[in-house]
Amino acid sequence: MNTFKLDRREFLTLTGVAGGGLLLGCSSSSNSSQAMFVKNNQAHKLNIFVSVRPDNRVDIINHRSEMGQGAKTGVIQMIADELDVDWEKINVVQGLGDKAYGSQNTDGSTSVRKFYSKLREIGASARTMLEQAAAEYWQVDVSQVQAKQHKVFNLTNGNSLNYGDLAELAAKQPIPNVAKLTFKSKEQFKYITKPVPIVDLHDMTTGKATYGIDVELDGLLVASIERCPVLYGKVKSFDASGAKAIPGVVDVINMPETVKPVVFSAGSGVAVIATNTWAANQGRKALKIEWDLGENKDFDSEQAFADMASKAQNPAKRSAEKGDITAGFAKAEQILEATYKVPFLAHAPMEPPAAAALVTDTSCEIWAATQNPQAVMDNVAGMVGLKPEQIKVNVTLLGGGFGRKSKADFVCEAVYLSKKLGKPVKVVWTREDDLKMGYFHAGATAFIKAGVDKHANITAWQQRSVMPSIKTTFAPSTDDLLDVELSLGFNDIPFQLESLQGESSGYVNPVRIGWLRSVSNIPHAFALHSFVDELAHANNIPTHKYLRQLYAEDRLIDPITDYGFKGYKNYDESLQRHPISTQRFKAVLDKLEQTVNFDEALPAGQGWGLAIHRSFVSYVGVASKVEVKDGKLTVLAMHSVIDCGVAVNPDRVESQLEGAMIFGLSLALMGRIDIKQGAVSQSNFHDYPVLRMQQCPELSVAIIQSDAYPGGVGEPGVPPVAPSLVNAIFTATGKRYRELPINQYLTV
Amino acid sequence: MELKINNQIHQVDAPDEMPLLWVLRDLLGKKGTKFGCGQGLCGTCTVHVNGQPMRSCITPVAVAKNSEVTTIEGVDEQGNHPIQIAWRENNVPQCGYCQSGQIMSALNLLSNNSTPTDQDIDSAMSGNICRCGTYPRIKQAIKDAAKVMNQNKGAKS
Repeated sequence: MNTFKLDRREFLTLTGVAGGGLLLGCSSSSNSSQAMFVKNNQAHKLNIFVSVRPDNRVDIINHRSEMGQGAKTGVIQMIADELDVDWEKINVVQGLGDKAYGSQNTDGSTSVRKFYSKLREIGASARTMLEQAAAEYWQVDVSQVQAKQHKVFNLTNGNSLNYGDLAELAAKQPIPNVAKLTFKSKEQFKYITKPVPIVDLHDMTTGKATYGIDVELDGLLVASIERCPVLYGKVKSFDASGAKAIPGVVDVINMPETVKPVVFSAGSGVAVIATNTWAANQGRKALKIEWDLGENKDFDSEQAFADMASKAQNPAKRSAEKGDITAGFAKAEQILEATYKVPFLAHAPMEPPAAAALVTDTSCEIWAATQNPQAVMDNVAGMVGLKPEQIKVNVTLLGGGFGRKSKADFVCEAVYLSKKLGKPVKVVWTREDDLKMGYFHAGATAFIKAGVDKHANITAWQQRSVMPSIKTTFAPSTDDLLDVELSLGFNDIPFQLESLQGESSGYVNPVRIGWLRSVSNIPHAFALHSFVDELAHANNIPTHKYLRQLYAEDRLIDPITDYGFKGYKNYDESLQRHPISTQRFKAVLDKLEQTVNFDEALPAGQGWGLAIHRSFVSYVGVASKVEVKDGKLTVLAMHSVIDCGVAVNPDRVESQLEGAMIFGLSLALMGRIDIKQGAVSQSNFHDYPVLRMQQCPELSVAIIQSDAYPGGVGEPGVPPVAPSLVNAIFTATGKRYRELPINQYLTV
Repeated sequence: MELKINNQIHQVDAPDEMPLLWVLRDLLGKKGTKFGCGQGLCGTCTVHVNGQPMRSCITPVAVAKNSEVTTIEGVDEQGNHPIQIAWRENNVPQCGYCQSGQIMSALNLLSNNSTPTDQDIDSAMSGNICRCGTYPRIKQAIKDAAKVMNQNKGAKS
């Protein structure tokens, strides 16, 4: 397997143009013909994803961004299996930004679940064209030929042709009718459901893998930007003389003023342009800037949390209702209530945002670590006076993303500067930039009050979610939450409830809010699964047993009809294909119970906790074992169980779940962004710590074997981690922590 | 100034205080060494100077004068050092960005300690952050590589 870069011109001309003049049946084994193949080795395009070359190699496009989640490999697996190609003969080509591929927004754990059918069709269609070509060549009916392992066989006489031999003729075949395509059964899968090593594995162990920050171009300049620390503030004046005195600095440029709404635009600041990154950073330090900090200069996140906590105690906009909650509370034997808090969080991918651009009078080419090249095209088009489809976006590998790199702001900066200078410019963010200028995960408060009868069955459940909506980034005065936010682990409770009331409120908030790995599921799952654990303890029932009681009989939950939540989104999937199934929750619980003995007698200071959450249409349970001794918390073990339907690459599913436990532990133990006087307080890994190896518990992952349609994998592992952890701490110590992060209470 | 990197002599025109990281990346085009924090906090930029692991983002290039610098590109030409092989056999990387630094730290650990315990590994690797969360696999890969390296040593002696 090679990774392979395709030039745009070549890409556009790959439309089945006969070029090589190679004869079918020409053997690719002799040296003399090899030379000819190299010379005439034009790729013959069978569809937008698949081209076959006469030398028998097959180019397959990956149209999704690779940021560690394994999409680049998964996409190729899905196409390659139905195409029946030899894995070693694939050139993986990273697709440019192009709407023809469908959505390239690599977000929402969608790469497999949204493309499983389509990419298998793509592979099957190309394979059918190769079969049609062989049938034409042999003058037999297409039913008399069969593709297998990079060859098409003539079933009447056993002859075969390599895919490469058929390339030119295949490209001339009519596009097969999708309804008539045939697909492999799961027993026939060669790549799907197999732990195929990732495409870039070798390069990633030799330093050859290329990320956004690694882009090299002739005459490339590097920009480092001092941005206004407060959103919607602006530059009043600046003195560039110190910066310009630094050797290597070539220019200092005032960035455009941040406009409202900020969306993904480049904003207020001063850019130092230099011949290398260090000179740019040094020049930046020598800038003297006077800011007009603007309307948000007094914003304080502590005050925001106090406001949100008070909002959470009062009636708010109702989005879900079932039964009579007043009657439910009236008949309850016991009523419990609690308020939970999750701070603002930053993504902190190891590669900070980085992008390069080359803008001329008539063109704009971009190289970026972006999760969403089409959003880049849409966002920069107006800046350069071109149509979105005229912007060429090359997607590099991403050194982590977690949602941060789906925002195009850093790309817009590169485009702005390249346009100004008429030269190629790469914008490189420092770690401080990354933490201070994020699109932050919304700090959130949730309130839950429930009544239970004498059997601990829930008679009334009242809940409120309060946080700044992601929409504030796009419409700053938004003061309620979106249906999609309320669909993320809030108004989709899988428990048996006699009555329910779901309410919510937004919070007008002057920092940029963005989505972070599993988004509003983080605060919602933290509140929900902590509270259920509180209910279980209050009723002296082990939580794992109480969960089974609350899931009750096997049934499907429809938030629209069951809870009157008309805006339920179900992760943009139908409830028919991706139902909310209590049976699947219980199967995850069964598997956790087989893995862990929740009732084992442990030494003092140790305890188990668990939480099971459905998000991105997959189900994940996490069991945590902790020890608390002399104010020091040690996470001893963590086990994840996932039901994500068909696991296209079980090794990557495992690695995502391992990573999700670590990501979830980072945020639960230490994650916290504070905003004081409108600006972020944290600056680097010393004050925004993330988990290190010595803090990492023993981890295990189990995948439930399933034939269900694939669900998401990159995000669903995160939400159950924090509640599982605090529940374990409660078992160990009897102390209930309702506000994250835990390091404000215990040494971690 | 003259720098010896991966056994090759390079001439660079850089101020003494310029961090080795940016000399490697921006002046010499050796992009395998990555930037992560600029403060020596995350280990992403780890290289060896005279066999010692250094955070190249805070190491002035002057320190590397008259020294042997080894970067990820110099670990093995084909990428077939037992550590790199173990990394691949365990499918360690997710995004891969921090792995150059991880491998350089692991290389140093195993050259000083051929049979590291879990605690030895934790302590040697504690300066290297992986945000994707590949720690359990890194740990396993280090143990696997240690075994192979010990067998190789045994075979040679």
